[in-house]
Amino acid sequence: MYKPFAITLKPGTSLANMTGTWRTERPVYLNRLPPCNNACPAGENIQGWLFHAESGNYEQAWRVLTENNPLAAVMGRVCYHPCETACNRGQLDSSVGINSVERFLGDEAIKRGWKFDAPASSSGKRVLVVGAGPSGLSAAYHLARMGHQVEIQEAGPLAGGMMRFGIPKYRLPREVLDAEVQRILDLGVTLKLNCKVSSIEQSMKDGRFDAAFLAVGAHIGKRAMIPAGDAAKIVDAVSVLRSMEGEDKPLLGRRVVVYGGGNTAVDVARTVKRMGAEPIIVYRRTRDKAPAHDFEIEEALQEGVMIKWLSTIKHAGDSSITIEKMALDDKGFPQPTGEYETLEADSVVLALGQDVDLSLLQGVAGLEIVNGTVQVAPNMMTGHPGIFAGGDMVPSERTVTVAVGHGKKAARHIDAWLQGSSYQPAEKHELAEYGKLNTWYYSDADKTVRPMLDVIRRQTSFDEVQGGLDESTALFEARRCLSCGNCFECDNCYGVCPDNAVIKLGPGKGFQFNYDYCKGCGLCVAECPCGAIKMEPEET
Amino acid sequence: MLKQTEGSKAVAEAIALCRPEVICAYPISPQTHIVEALGEMVKAGNLTPCEFINVESEFAAMSVAIGASAAGARSYTATASQGLLFMVEAVYNAAGLGLPIVMTVANRAIGAPINIWNDHSDSLSQRDSGWMQLFAETNQEAVDLHIQAFRLAEELSMPIMVCMDGFILTHAFERIDIPEQNQVDSYLPPFDPRQVLDPAEPVSIGAMVGPEAFMEVKYLAHAKQMQAIERIPVLAAEFKQIFGRDSGGLIRTYCSEDAETMVIAMGSVLGTIKDTVDEMRAEGHKIGVLGIISYRPFPLEQVRAALSSCKRFVVLEKSLAVGMGGIVATDVRMAVTGSGLKGYTAIAGLGGRPITRATLHKLFLQAEQELLPPVTFVDLDWEAVNKQLTREQQTRRSGPAAENMLHDKGLISAKFG
Amino acid sequence: MGFQPVKFYQTGTFTIGNRLLEPDERSVQSGQARSNSINSGHRACQGCGEALGARYAIDAAMAESKGQLIAANATGCLEVFSTPYPESSWQLPWIHSLFGNAPAVATGIAAAMKVKGKTEVRVVAQGGDGGTTDIGFGCLSGMFERNDDVLYLCYDNQAYMNTGVQRSSATPPAARTATTMPVGPNPGNAFGQGKNVPEIAMAHGIPYVATATVADLRDLEYKVRRAMKMHGARYIQIFVPCPLGWGTASSDTIRMARLAKESGMFPVFEAEHGEVVGVSKIRHKIPVEEYLQPQKRFAHLFGTNGHPEMVTRMQAIADRNIRKYGLLDEEGC
Ligand SMILES: Cc1cc2nc3c(=O)[nH]c(=O)nc-3n(C[C@H](O)[C@H](O)[C@H](O)COP(=O)(O)OP(=O)(O)OC[C@H]3O[C@@H](n4cnc5c(N)ncnc54)[C@H](O)[C@@H]3O)c2cc1C
Ligand SMILES: Cc1ncc(C[n+]2csc(CCOP(=O)(O)OP(=O)(O)O)c2C)c(N)n1
Ligand code: SF4
Ligand code: SF4
Ligand SMILES: [Mg+2]
Repeated sequence: MYKPFAITLKPGTSLANMTGTWRTERPVYLNRLPPCNNACPAGENIQGWLFHAESGNYEQAWRVLTENNPLAAVMGRVCYHPCETACNRGQLDSSVGINSVERFLGDEAIKRGWKFDAPASSSGKRVLVVGAGPSGLSAAYHLARMGHQVEIQEAGPLAGGMMRFGIPKYRLPREVLDAEVQRILDLGVTLKLNCKVSSIEQSMKDGRFDAAFLAVGAHIGKRAMIPAGDAAKIVDAVSVLRSMEGEDKPLLGRRVVVYGGGNTAVDVARTVKRMGAEPIIVYRRTRDKAPAHDFEIEEALQEGVMIKWLSTIKHAGDSSITIEKMALDDKGFPQPTGEYETLEADSVVLALGQDVDLSLLQGVAGLEIVNGTVQVAPNMMTGHPGIFAGGDMVPSERTVTVAVGHGKKAARHIDAWLQGSSYQPAEKHELAEYGKLNTWYYSDADKTVRPMLDVIRRQTSFDEVQGGLDESTALFEARRCLSCGNCFECDNCYGVCPDNAVIKLGPGKGFQFNYDYCKGCGLCVAECPCGAIKMEPEET
Repeated sequence: MLKQTEGSKAVAEAIALCRPEVICAYPISPQTHIVEALGEMVKAGNLTPCEFINVESEFAAMSVAIGASAAGARSYTATASQGLLFMVEAVYNAAGLGLPIVMTVANRAIGAPINIWNDHSDSLSQRDSGWMQLFAETNQEAVDLHIQAFRLAEELSMPIMVCMDGFILTHAFERIDIPEQNQVDSYLPPFDPRQVLDPAEPVSIGAMVGPEAFMEVKYLAHAKQMQAIERIPVLAAEFKQIFGRDSGGLIRTYCSEDAETMVIAMGSVLGTIKDTVDEMRAEGHKIGVLGIISYRPFPLEQVRAALSSCKRFVVLEKSLAVGMGGIVATDVRMAVTGSGLKGYTAIAGLGGRPITRATLHKLFLQAEQELLPPVTFVDLDWEAVNKQLTREQQTRRSGPAAENMLHDKGLISAKFG
Repeated sequence: MGFQPVKFYQTGTFTIGNRLLEPDERSVQSGQARSNSINSGHRACQGCGEALGARYAIDAAMAESKGQLIAANATGCLEVFSTPYPESSWQLPWIHSLFGNAPAVATGIAAAMKVKGKTEVRVVAQGGDGGTTDIGFGCLSGMFERNDDVLYLCYDNQAYMNTGVQRSSATPPAARTATTMPVGPNPGNAFGQGKNVPEIAMAHGIPYVATATVADLRDLEYKVRRAMKMHGARYIQIFVPCPLGWGTASSDTIRMARLAKESGMFPVFEAEHGEVVGVSKIRHKIPVEEYLQPQKRFAHLFGTNGHPEMVTRMQAIADRNIRKYGLLDEEGC
């Protein structure tokens, strides 16, 4: 069309007008560290795998998850999920049920028979892993995926460590554990059972190993000095739980007193309850001071476990014990009151923690042992070059997840060490704090409650207590994730820019700023729900 | 086809023959009969396809026409007086946007005092709006000019007012030759807009223009009217070929060959003037007439040529530039600048005051004798005016001039006792 | 009736897009193929709500009409900033005629389309609150009353912004504008004045009237698309905060719109043939202070020399809106 002079203009020609020059600040995309990821001892990319779960791509979600942790189904049952405590959504309504989605993914993987990708290449290096607990398995998994030849030597008859010989079945069914262990072995990891390492240096030499990762856990039950009669039956919790896995179930009688306030004490009490006994936990402090997680105490109480708070055992006889009442002083420490009570007791189970069996380290030069644990450098290497250690045997919080995290971390450093270099972890992104989010945009949705087995069955069987989510509830739960600090392609920036200065690159590709036109108003930053954009001063 | 009909009806029929696509109208005397007739034709299905829109004001009427025209529809409206003033902003806008809208102005005085009768103040107030203005002398010419107006407007992409004297023409029953549809169709091709709002080829129309191009835009509007000066006679000639009638053109002269005194005017008053001139010619006076059809563009050259052999001229106009005098006269004087001609301005017929042959006769004689003052207020009641002026000098609260005047003239007392 | 938001898909329909929704449930604005009816390079202020609201609305209308759309625009910021001579931002046929005649110009265009049998081509008119509720009001009412086939979009930034922030009949009470300065015993705009044009539009009995804000794109798009599915006169008033005129941060534009709705100061609803058929409920009710305080145009209400009694009156206005339109869920309040 002929365009009459001046009053008629061609469409869209304002592109000639570069309004980007108005800007004093520019928006930039960034990834912030979600608090869940930050809190996960295994270093999982939780937000990352939830992202895939949100779209129902569970396999991809599981694959992203297992990049950091091979034991999704186990984790989804036994992890104490510090991620959920840190989860930003907790400040909005209730935290995302990360752990239950993790379990769902782990179970899906077992159900569908998903396997790990085989390592691309082989390094020719041999690594010995001592102990097939979570730490050892995790290290083996990562090392195998890096292409190293891995052999696990395990003293026990089965793999799993405390996951098998500590944690009771009703919390972790053994099929689940077996499946996840097998999947690691399928990567080509050699597992030698009933193979106790008595000298690490010898074993390394014998097997011509280039490096070793020690993860023997802490299995020696701590003893307390309890004046006891000859007939008194006093056993330690770890052996009780271990014997649950064997043919000969422990004979503890009807009235079983469990001494201690940790998770192990609760596990033992709940286990013997299921065997028909009447357990009483005796603990010297109060419920809120007990190291056991409150939900475990609650579940135990529901199942009929009795608990005597603020009590110590003064004397153990063959059919009864004497306990002394305690009172907390103003510093919160329990002090004896001189008040006594007698309880019927056929046996006493001590659940006072475990020590590490360090005998395999005898004669190894350069090691440093403090309080019965092996000291390691930040790279997980002991004082002896080539020997690394992790899990319960090093100073740390003793959880499956920490153990798995150690295994991963050690594997990375071992890999680097084998190549004569050192592993530099990527720098952590700044934290995606709650204040960085625009929570208006998230739908209101309360947490899904996981199904629980009814109490009668919990008291009488070793069936799993806590149920898992089904597809729809897992999907729901995954979608509650706020995607803290990481773009989830909600298109807000693309939409709210009054200057169309955000370019949408397409599904999975994210967005880009068109600085030719961006005026730097900051609307995209303000309206990004997850805090994945920030303003930076414009260079002059 | 010859018809004995009312001017407004005839014009309505002419408009209909031009196949307008959008007509919008707001009633004001003396324009009403035109749009009423068109409305009826559309409603009866005799004018299709056409949208007839009863708008809520003249401002809306012109605005609807702007939208319709910009969207490529042949658009028409009609108004007068207060209505024209009410739409002024849009009038300028239509011209600025170069939209070929045709509008009939049934010329009428502007209040206050409110007055429904004829003079030319309304369309002349829009002299500089960018619209072309053609003045019809007769109802036949009104009919013919509308047909030519659509052709010219669309050729140049500029709007045109066809001005016809309110009541005198609009309400007069006469014998009028209404053209045939095939004649009009062969004269007026379908509207092929220069700019159009079309999703297939989007453009932005009506953008703000700053100092960098505003002068140029305005000059182009002027240039278009200059082109119109060339096109108007050509279109009139073509019109004659098809319709067999002399109609339109820039100017028209009468008895001018040997005239020493020329009378210049626009519109229907030319009829009375010609009659007077006939009388005076019979008495031996060398007097002639120059009728201006195209007031905008103003045909300076043609006017100069028409006056080149006379000795003096009188511009008789139905309009007043308050504080200055004549409006048309100013333009005519501009045309003859440097010629040394004696020119007189006669303001007549404001608000429908009858212009009689007797008065004109007297006036022209005085002009011939060069006894006229530069500006004459024809048939002004000096007694009433002076009375009021005295009153205003004597008392501050002298009251409304219009009502006082009616009182003095005995009209109010006569009516209401 | 009303927009049926997706209850839950992480963000439901609160965000512009949602990769979890079925493609046919997604917003126009989230699409790579949206028409960007107002192209980049326009000269609106940083964070201009009007530029945003207009793109939201026109893009939606473009989508619904499959690109067969013509717009008439009143004078005002939108017109001025979108045609930076000699360029234009508009990507659809667009005309600007005058400040007060956009509805009538649109009527003319619609008539032209009808007479030419181009029934697929649809017409919108648009203008600021001044152009709509004041100077263009006569033409608007005429267009309504004749039920002309035009969708009128009013971008309500509550003052004459283009001429430097003067009061319009859409300016809220107490607001400072260049012509209602915060001086004297009753600083700012007077109480008890102003025009509720959505309700006046409803009184015309036209097929569709709605209000919307730039803070709720999905609702806005739904309303534009719904309006576009109908014929006859339709009116949508879109709340578009103006950082310059209100004295708010350029990054606060959407938040301000959200707070206006959540406080009850701007009721969001839709009506058909004069009857309210749907309201957007308040999600998290807030006191009016939260909305007023961040705006410099209300700064004189707060602080040591503030006017708490005027804030109370503002709250009363919000409460009345909440009652009148039922903006709170029964349980929510
Ligand atoms: C009853 C109980 C319940 C628990 N519940 C939880 C829970 O719910 N969640 C949680 O996160 N944590 C829980 N824990 C803690 C958790 O199980 C441990 O922190 C974790 O298993 C430590 O892993 P690890 O690999 O370091 O050692 P372990 O799991 O102890 O594994 C060490 C392995 O090394 C083998 N080994 C030992 N010495 C040798 C040797 N010389 N040669 C070869 N092999 C050897 C052992 O047989 C064992 O298999 C619980 C612990 C107990 C005791
Ligand atoms: C007839 C007329 N009167 C006044 C103006 C001056 N004018 C231009 S834009 C404008 C203000 C526009 O206000 P609004 O319609 O609310 O739009 P905004 O700029 O706020 O978006 C005014 C008063 C004009 N252009 N035309
Ligand atoms: S909302 Fe999602 S990303 Fe944020 S902390 Fe919780 S699980 Fe992690
Ligand atoms: S003054 Fe307000 S409405 Fe106008 S361009 Fe600026 S922000 Fe937009
Ligand atoms: Mg405004």
